[in-house]
Parts: sequence; structure tokens; C-alpha cells
Amino acid sequence: MSSFADELLILVMLINLVMLGTSRLIFSIRAVAVQGVILGILPGLIHPFSGHLAAITIGIILTKGIVIPYLISDAIRKAQIRREVEPFIGYVPTLLIGALFTAISFAFADKLPLAPEHQDLLFVPASIATLLTGFLILTTRRKAISMVIGYLVLENGIFVFGLLLTEAMPVMIEAGALLYLLVGIFVMGIVINHISREFSSIDTSRLRTLKEE
Amino acid sequence: MTDIIIHCVVALLFPPLLLGVIGKTKAAFAGRVGAPYFQPYYDLIKLFRKGTVFSETTTWVFRAGPLVTLSATLIAALLIPLGRHAAPLSFSGDLILFAYLFGLARFFTTIAALDTGSSFEGMGAAREVTFACLVEPTLFFALITLARMSKSLSLSTILTHSTPGTWLVAGTSMLLLVGALYITLLAENCRIPFDDPNTHLELTMIHEVMVLDHSGPAFGIILYAAALKLFVLGAVFVNVALPIATGNALADWAIFLVVMLVLAVSIGIVESVMARLRLVRIPQLLVGATILSAFAMLLELR
Repeated sequence: MSSFADELLILVMLINLVMLGTSRLIFSIRAVAVQGVILGILPGLIHPFSGHLAAITIGIILTKGIVIPYLISDAIRKAQIRREVEPFIGYVPTLLIGALFTAISFAFADKLPLAPEHQDLLFVPASIATLLTGFLILTTRRKAISMVIGYLVLENGIFVFGLLLTEAMPVMIEAGALLYLLVGIFVMGIVINHISREFSSIDTSRLRTLKEE
Repeated sequence: MTDIIIHCVVALLFPPLLLGVIGKTKAAFAGRVGAPYFQPYYDLIKLFRKGTVFSETTTWVFRAGPLVTLSATLIAALLIPLGRHAAPLSFSGDLILFAYLFGLARFFTTIAALDTGSSFEGMGAAREVTFACLVEPTLFFALITLARMSKSLSLSTILTHSTPGTWLVAGTSMLLLVGALYITLLAENCRIPFDDPNTHLELTMIHEVMVLDHSGPAFGIILYAAALKLFVLGAVFVNVALPIATGNALADWAIFLVVMLVLAVSIGIVESVMARLRLVRIPQLLVGATILSAFAMLLELR
């Protein structure tokens, strides 16, 4: 079944590129949700079935596919933002940088001293590519909400890497990580709402110049 | 020998029918009866019987434009294997020639447009060249990937190499390639969503604006060359997307022609359900196509 897992990972990497290329926030939130659902399906494909596995799968699909996207789109609705305008680097350049990062992560994964059973899988390059995409979104977009999305992509990348070890990872740690993520998104949603209520813009490059009187 | 004759006959006579089928499909979507399937042929015959008017400001470049475009496209048609039969003309490295024959054709179309001195045609030429240089990497990444799969540099081998088996082994990269090649096909032939071949809205035209000054037989040649280009790139796409070979030569030809007609219908459907993209969005989609084919190459190189 690992070849099917590889195809899903390619889909994950393509979703990364879609997120770099789109300006509509709702669209990139949906893309993150789809990515989360794919990540939820993945553990079932590479490890034998167990109760632990089923719990992880359901937990991930629920949190990453439904709850977190709902929370972010709720924050967007309240703050009334639809598009990311004028990112620090344009969409086409970020798309190209993203493609370059993907290529680099393939080259880098080849150099890593991995266990022989992990050598031919796409997990490592996919995880590094997703991580780098997350960094790229975090650093090039202005809106605070885009940064939340970048942070989610970053976490997805770490999760893909963790997939190689799912069986060794106790369910408590998985649940803890998901819970932290959920709380983080929750807090960010509230923070963004407060920012948009206090100030006319949630452009983070302007927030930098705020001073206390 | 028979295959070469069939190849030439099909390549010479078939292309305008594709335009007819696209037109009919669009008419069916709009609820109209539409022009007959053979309308493009009638149009060509009508144009070839007309006289030509050449502007006094133009030079020989303007007259050479359509002819060079047509001959370059015809040579490209000889390099492509049709319906799983080897091409009449084939040597190692002909994929580079194939790509740059289209480059030559485009160069002469644009330079003929600039030769008229019309600022309007210059604008179209600038757009055409801008988009073309974004499409070229896509085509090359796709050809390199296919060359790597078939371990050959000749188009005849590259394009007849893929079998249903390749799809099972390297399905993902083939799928990415097919997507990228379809976008290339639409962009290179100035179809919707990149350019509307029916539009005569001045500010949005790309290809149509460059040929405004041509008339009569010269314009007929341009229309025919455009149909031929659609046919050639469509044949590349069909060879990659549907690697079916029965072994029977005539059956293969029949399958090829039917699949080409289906491709024309699919283009008609795309044109009916999509609107033209805004000009600023076009580079984004083209870069996306490049990334798709580069990704396919990356997977193949691994």
C-alpha cells in the first residue's frame, strides 16, 4: 500500500504549491483542511490496524479537517478579510521559491542517513517540503491570519515526519500535540479578533511600529 | 510506406476538422445548431480564392511571415509519430528541433506583426512572446521527463514508448505531465482560458491582433497553420495521454483519429464552461503548469 501513500504525499506537496499560489484566504483554509484529512488517512495506510491507530486517525481528521478550519474561517468572518493583499513577495515568485524548496528537499532527503526501510519512501522529502512551505507562508505574507495558516502547514510537515514513527509514539503525545495546536489556533483567533477590533488593519508589518504612549 | 502516406494525408487534411468539431461543441453547449463540421475548409477555400492587399509600409518580412509559419509547422508535423506509427522524419535530438520550429514560427508571426508598424499589433506581439516564454519550460520539462522514461532523444521513440504499463509504474508523473501538456496545448494554440480565438475585443486579443493586417490567401495560410499547430500539439498530448496500441496498423490510425476528435470535443467543453482569464492571472497558471511538469521530472529523476 506504500505506493498509494506516496501518491497521497505528492498530493500533499501539490496542495503546498496551491496554497502558495492563491490569494483567497477561504481557499487556502480549505486546502489546509484537505491536507489535514489526507494526513489523517496516511497512518492507516502504512501501519497495521490497531485501536491506537484508529484513535489517531479519527482525532486527526476531526481536529485538522473540521475543527481548526472552522475556527479560522470563523475568525476571518468576524474580522471581515477575504484576500491576502500585497504579500511581501508576489505569488508567482513565492510559487517558484516553493517549487525550488521542494526540489531541494528531495535532494536533501537523499543525503540523510535514514533507516533502509524508509529510504525509498516519499515521507522525508514531503515533510521537509511542507515544513519549508510553512516557513515561506509565515515569512512572506502580511496578514496575521495567513501566518496562522503558515503555522498549520508547518505543523503538518512535522506530522508527516512523525508518521514514520507512529507506532513508537504513544497516543498521549499525539493527543497532546493536537490539543496544543487546537488551543494555539483558538488563542490566535481571539487575538486576531481583538486586533481587528482595536486597529483598522491586521497588517503585521504595521503592527511592528506600534508604541505605548 | 503506406504509413508515411497516411501520415502526410492525415496531417494535411485533418487539422481544420478539429476546429469544426470545437465550433460544433461550443454551439451545442450554447443551444445553437452551429456551423457545419466542414466550415473551416469552406473558409479556407474562400480565402484562397481572394486577392491579397499588402500595406505599402510593409516589407518582405510581412509576406514571408505566414509562409515561414506554415512551413515550420509542417516540418514539425513530420517529426511527430501519429497513432503509434514512427514519424517519417526522425533523428536523435529532434525534440529540440520540434520545440524551436514552433519558436521560429512564432518569431515570424510576431516580426510580421511588428513590420506593419501598428502599435496595436506590437502590443499583441509583446503578449504572445511573453506567454510563449512561460510555456516553453513546461514543454521542455515534459519532453525531458518522457525522454528520461524512454531513454531516447528522438520524438518517435519518446512518444511511442509509453504503454498502459508505464501508467501503472509511473502513474503520478504521467498524470502531472498530462495536466501540464493540456495547459500547454490550450496556451500554445491561444484557446480559452488564455486567449479567445473568437474575440475581436481590441484590448484582450493576443494571437488575433497580430494577424489583423493579413488578408486573402496569406490569412488562409495563417488559419491553416494555426489548425495544423493544434493538430500537432494535440497529437503529442494524445500520444502521452492514451498509450493504446492494437498492433493492427489501420485500427491504430482509426483509434488515433477518433481520440483526436474526442480531444477537440474536450477543448470545446473547456471553452464553453470557462471564461477567459484576466491577463494578470495567465502567467500564474502558466507557471503552475511549469511546476507540474517540473514536479513530474523530479519524481522521475528520483
